[in-house]
Amino acid sequence: MGIVSFLTRFFGKDDELSSKNVAKERLRLVLVHDRLDISEKIMENLREDLIATIGKYMEIDQSALEVSLSREEDGVALLANIPIMNVRRTS
Amino acid sequence: MGKVIVITSGKGGVGKTTTTANIGTALAMLDKKVVMVDTDIGLRNLDVVLGLENRIVYDIVDAVRGNCRLNQALIKDKRFGNMYLLPAAQTKDKTAVTEEQMVELCDKLKDEFDFVIIDCPAGIEHGFRNAIAGAEEAIVVTTPEVSAVRDADRIIGLLEAAEVRSPRLIINRIRTNMVQSGDMMSVDDILSILAVELLGIVPDDDAIIISTNRGEPTVMDDASQPGQAYRNIARRLCGEEVPLMTLTAKKNSFFSRLKSLFSGE
Ligand SMILES: Nc1ncnc2c1ncn2[C@@H]1O[C@H](COP(=O)(O)OP(=O)(O)O)[C@@H](O)[C@H]1O
Ligand SMILES: [Mg+2]
Repeated sequence: MGIVSFLTRFFGKDDELSSKNVAKERLRLVLVHDRLDISEKIMENLREDLIATIGKYMEIDQSALEVSLSREEDGVALLANIPIMNVRRTS
Repeated sequence: MGKVIVITSGKGGVGKTTTTANIGTALAMLDKKVVMVDTDIGLRNLDVVLGLENRIVYDIVDAVRGNCRLNQALIKDKRFGNMYLLPAAQTKDKTAVTEEQMVELCDKLKDEFDFVIIDCPAGIEHGFRNAIAGAEEAIVVTTPEVSAVRDADRIIGLLEAAEVRSPRLIINRIRTNMVQSGDMMSVDDILSILAVELLGIVPDDDAIIISTNRGEPTVMDDASQPGQAYRNIARRLCGEEVPLMTLTAKKNSFFSRLKSLFSGE
């Protein structure tokens, strides 16, 4: 890094790495998660609906099924881990 | 019929009590009849910020339980005859007041006062529920820091769920030098994150600490920058349109000259 670019950074232009931009980005992510505020009840209903829908096509291991929210690099993801035991070939 | 406004934040130490004292005093200076209510039971503070700590006989718990008449618990300020404080109880149990009692108390007070300003404790538990129970408007205080803004967002959600209509935001402790160097979120940064109307901005300023030492709210000092900020906020609460004040960075000649050289300002 040359001295000018170092000083420019030091004296703060609107740099991606400026601590306020880091703060903003972290806040944005944490609030997406906070605002979701999904209750246990909703997660449970979602789980049951997933089982019902996927169960039409595949035989799944209901006891090992996991549904959760996860904070990713650039947002919040719904993660579902659904072990398949068999595919229904009929219908 | 007066207005009941709660000053809240979620996070502690962001300036709720300072804001209550200064808005209350500024409204009194505008000839409004004002009462400030300290609901931080067990952590009474508003009395010392206002310089009224030596005059307390009864407190909010005495008033709602009927140990005294409401008027006996109200401390009248000697500097402004139209300004009163209802102090928090210091010794009693945090749950000594119920939400119903708060609603009843606020109803009585707003018959007599133009503004009832409620200083809320930190947190989102019993004390918060009580403080917002009788309020029809809310002011959310935050500082330009991640944790404070996050808590403000949570509080705004809770206020909306409790139907305390359209909360307004005060951003406190802004340090212009740091905003300019990119090390503090600006007013616009914060507003782009929180979906809420801005009521005012207050600089971080030693005058707040000095005025708190003396028990004289900084709005009483004509030359004080945060005092001006709070006086503007009070006028907005009275329905006036007052432009946001421009906060000036404290001059540090060598660094500010170097800075303007490199940032091309
Ligand atoms: N704008 C400001 N500039 C400097 N100090 C401040 C400012 N606002 C608040 N403070 C200080 O921060 C501390 C916490 O303020 P306080 O009003 O008691 O917060 P809260 O009631 O939210 O816990 C106090 O010591 C107060 O003097
Ligand atoms: Mg306080």
